[in-house]
Amino acid sequence: MTATPITARSMGTSLDRQDGREKVTGHATYAVEHPVDDVLQVWMVQAPVARGTVRRVDAGAALAHPGVVRVLDHESAPRMPADDDRDLEYSVLQDDRIRFRGQVVALVLAESSEAAREGARLVRVDYAEEPHAVTMDDAEAYAPESGVNGGHETDYADGDLDAAIHDSAVVVEQTYTTPHEFNSPMEPHGATALWDGAMLTMWDSTQAVHAMRSTFAPLLGLGEEQVRVLAPYVGGGFGSKGGPKAPDVAAALAALAVEGRPVRLATTRQQMFSLAGYRTQTVSHVRLGADADGRLRGVGHEAISQTSGFKEFAEQTASAARMLYAAEARSSTHRVVPLDVSVPSWMRAPGEMPGMFAHEVAMDELAVAAGIDPVELRVRNEPDVDPETGKPFNDRRLVECLRKGGERFGWTGRTGPTRATDGDWWVGTGVAASTYPTLWMPGNTCRIEVLDGGRYAVSIGAVDIGQGARTVLTQISADALGVDPSAVDLAVADSDLPVATVAGGSAGTGSWGTAIVQTAQQLRADHGADPEVGVHTTSTTEEYPDMEAHALHSFGAVYAEVRVHRWTGELRVPRLHGTFSVGRVINPVTGRSQLLGGLVMGLSGALFEEGWRDPRYGHVVTQDLASYHVAAHADVKDVQAFWLDEEDPLATPYGGRGIGEIGIVGTAAAIANAAYDATGIRVRDLPLTADRFLG
Amino acid sequence: MTLAVDGTEHTVDVDTRTTLLDALRERLGVTSVKKGCDHGQCGACTVLLDGRRHLTCLSLAVAHDGAEVTTASGLGEDDELHPVQQAFLDHDGYQCGYCTPGQVCSAVGALDELKEGHPSHVTEELEGEAEPTEEELRERMSGNLCRCGAYAGILAAVRQAAGEQEVAS
Ligand code: FES
Ligand code: FES
Repeated sequence: MTATPITARSMGTSLDRQDGREKVTGHATYAVEHPVDDVLQVWMVQAPVARGTVRRVDAGAALAHPGVVRVLDHESAPRMPADDDRDLEYSVLQDDRIRFRGQVVALVLAESSEAAREGARLVRVDYAEEPHAVTMDDAEAYAPESGVNGGHETDYADGDLDAAIHDSAVVVEQTYTTPHEFNSPMEPHGATALWDGAMLTMWDSTQAVHAMRSTFAPLLGLGEEQVRVLAPYVGGGFGSKGGPKAPDVAAALAALAVEGRPVRLATTRQQMFSLAGYRTQTVSHVRLGADADGRLRGVGHEAISQTSGFKEFAEQTASAARMLYAAEARSSTHRVVPLDVSVPSWMRAPGEMPGMFAHEVAMDELAVAAGIDPVELRVRNEPDVDPETGKPFNDRRLVECLRKGGERFGWTGRTGPTRATDGDWWVGTGVAASTYPTLWMPGNTCRIEVLDGGRYAVSIGAVDIGQGARTVLTQISADALGVDPSAVDLAVADSDLPVATVAGGSAGTGSWGTAIVQTAQQLRADHGADPEVGVHTTSTTEEYPDMEAHALHSFGAVYAEVRVHRWTGELRVPRLHGTFSVGRVINPVTGRSQLLGGLVMGLSGALFEEGWRDPRYGHVVTQDLASYHVAAHADVKDVQAFWLDEEDPLATPYGGRGIGEIGIVGTAAAIANAAYDATGIRVRDLPLTADRFLG
Repeated sequence: MTLAVDGTEHTVDVDTRTTLLDALRERLGVTSVKKGCDHGQCGACTVLLDGRRHLTCLSLAVAHDGAEVTTASGLGEDDELHPVQQAFLDHDGYQCGYCTPGQVCSAVGALDELKEGHPSHVTEELEGEAEPTEEELRERMSGNLCRCGAYAGILAAVRQAAGEQEVAS
């Protein structure tokens, strides 16, 4: 059966975070904290060259160091089954090829982390170096053959963009850039792993226990029943833990090498910058053409990003340009430059975050050029149907977000830089739109069993990485079953539970929640309102959201107030408001934290985050939190998140859409637009560092 | 060497290279103190060391023989949460929880420092009492990064705890 909409009872109320007490007392145990006896610590040795081969690994000195037990290299590590199509990111220690600087070339296993680390320093590796390409100028861009991330087409064109721009009264043509950004969850990637000869058990820092299992089993030549992945607590991920990374594979290989002994691998903060994925730098050429009254005739967005040469990841930077505003001609393309560098991957709102920075700063420029208030400009370009697919939107309420958010923020409208001052500070305000598609993943399975005393055990292999899955899935379960949340025993975060998809793409809660509702309704259909203790139902979702008839998206409006110091160029954000249309918010407290978290990460990206590569070898030199800055307490002032009171039964049976990513999307643009309003200086490159406002 | 951690005495063998953080986490299995960077850049490893907040990743264990360490696990009495911990729950001052034990210890230490009149970078008057204003608390908590971006909730929590402390004294 397909799930049908449910009535809210617990949903909409602020049920306490189900794991709050464990977190504030420090009793929550994360991956490398799982208690095991007799553990071996694993340290990763990384390649210092960008491309070439390993000639020889000399582990003699390392093995002579007290406490060092084993050194694994590409000759001695456990073998993976031969597979010509093996994902080269996961192909750890399987051949002598070096594909980027920082690649794992050996593992040291020791009785203590001090010994393992010293052992890693003592491993001698001889390399044969080869010429490499590590900067955007070093290689030719190409068009990804099988589309870009998120299932989008590489290129898209509707109408004649050149003609539309030619016929436009007002034109903006500019280039915008965003730098390498790093997810940097506070808990570094890591795992505790044990191979007992029959079963590999991993306590892993992951957003997807089942994806880990289904990747690892064939990779390591094991049956799925021989791999178990648990992730009881995960210290953030923001995409980087959405799939396995080399450290997870390394932990598994180390465990396989020492049957019967548990191993523990904690990625260092420095290693996070080469082995845990990142958002690539992006370059966006944007063309907007409009009539004198601001009505868009053409929208063009050509995006270039970078990928690793051995595993493609194509950021979908130009995808939002296809659906955001009405214009008769729209064109958007993606090209990637393949380099000998580490593999980029998902970071909160891949595509939308950098792409909407470009697009929404360009819209601000268009507003100035046309002499129209930027809110009014967006309202004038509101489409009747989704410009990309021609389908009606599920419930497009961007205008309401702009209006309500503007009212709360005190937006009064303007047509050029205000350049207001307050003492030594320039003061300005800015606005940008946000959007994020509603993704949904089929194949989630839930099991519900009737327990004693009117209680229900609800099991699904979802993962709580801080977004609040334990809490909101309890609420969805309660309402789907028509019971109090206290009557729900929810089990998550274990691959022995029914199969669940990733906590990512703002699709975790929607995909899991639909499975829970469907299973609860199946249980009631099969066993009635008062089922016997012990009966249970398991069901798997194939469909729910109305993807065929409607274009499903969320929207939002971000308003920022910015102060720029006239002598130092220092930029502060005293106010940042986001107003979002995201369907029903299941839990106002955890939901607000999700949206605020997105806004804060957007602010962080606007002001600070910038990864730098060494142009000689392509490794990241800003590889710690002192050189890769993220927002701290003192940077975050009045940040507030609001949402429209609504529900969306087309997206999920509980009426909600994903909220993990939309908060970050328009934020950097709103801040850049506010900085322009304050200073009259248009910055088109992130981050907005002080030097941009001087001289 | 000996360490008293959350009221329990431990005798532990450490390497001269062992940090206080690794002595706690890896030798004693005390995981209520977290490792986010190992370089003094994130605050996740904050404890109260002999009553003062301290980054355990930046100190060698051997330098602290006989020290008294309080982690988030040892702040409350019996099953009761410390008022700062309760305030974090009340204001959702966290998401993933990984920075949280450090934030909680840091908040307890910061409020003590305020009470004792220690000035910070943003304190106007260097003499006399410092007030627990939003600006003061943000400044004093800035050594504890939260990548989940729970700063608004954390600030509200620390303000609540500061208010309770005021009423109590
Ligand atoms: S782990 Fe000590 S400050 Fe980050
Ligand atoms: S709660 Fe996740 S880092 Fe602070």
